[in-house]
Amino acid sequence: MMAWMVLLLVALMLGAAVLVLVFDNLVAAIAAASVVSLLLSLVFVVLAAPDVALTEAAVGAGLSGAVLALGLRRLGLIDLIKGENNA
Amino acid sequence: MHKLASLLFALGLAFLLMGLAAQLPLGATPMGIGADILQRTPSEIGSANIVTAVVLAYRGIDTLGELTILFAAATTAGMVLSPAGGAAVRKAREDAGLVLRAGSDLLFPLLLMVGFYIVLHGHLTPGGGFQGGVVLAAAFFVSFLARAEKQPSHSCLSLIEAVAGAAFIGIGLAALLGGGAFLQPLLETGSVGALISAGSLPLLYLAVGLKVGAELASLLAHLAE
Repeated sequence: MMAWMVLLLVALMLGAAVLVLVFDNLVAAIAAASVVSLLLSLVFVVLAAPDVALTEAAVGAGLSGAVLALGLRRLGLIDLIKGENNA
Repeated sequence: MHKLASLLFALGLAFLLMGLAAQLPLGATPMGIGADILQRTPSEIGSANIVTAVVLAYRGIDTLGELTILFAAATTAGMVLSPAGGAAVRKAREDAGLVLRAGSDLLFPLLLMVGFYIVLHGHLTPGGGFQGGVVLAAAFFVSFLARAEKQPSHSCLSLIEAVAGAAFIGIGLAALLGGGAFLQPLLETGSVGALISAGSLPLLYLAVGLKVGAELASLLAHLAE
């Protein structure tokens, strides 16, 4: 049962990771990268490592997405207000 | 082409890791220290969360190293990112849209409560100073994004950060002065599972949480300005 859940989550993670490469819209790519981290935190919950899961959810899914988006905005690649690519 | 190259790189990395994983003796205990820590933590440290006992009591100086690295990274990023002319050249911001404004008003108190809960219950439940600190930073950053008139006070944030960092080292030095080792847990261990237990570990995690929260909030604000 646990192995199947982990397999399902890993498959979803791989799908989201491929979406990061495929998306042309940079905001969508960042969101997909956050989804990878969110699913990874679920994997940690299934594997009974709640401390690591909390860290992954807070840092990987929340903070790093914000830092990526703000960095891209500083570079002028995205406009966060309109949510469109300027590139 | 780039995407193909990164895909090839990822596949190569996966192949390498699989080769390494095939050689690992899975299921065997690589090091016997885990069972020892599980057995000794309740009487020695008195924290219900064993991870916290390892992070703050048995490996406290590693945590100090992590804090130092985070401090160096956040300070450097702040130096590089802050505008040369100070506050005067900052761009005037507008209020965000309705969804973000209403959402931040709803989320701010909740995030604050969850953040402090995770920090203060670090010795009882999963989580602790680092995770709670990130949640606290996110709480302040969301309200900063939503309202134009909310300017982060960088001097106040650095003050919190400095006091919290000094408190962490001060608790460590107090243990040293008391005749123990640096960062050795102080105070009574109390009963396992009580809110006030595990000696000085909750104080250390409070210092870590405030320091990480102030650092990351200031870093995000610098990035957003």
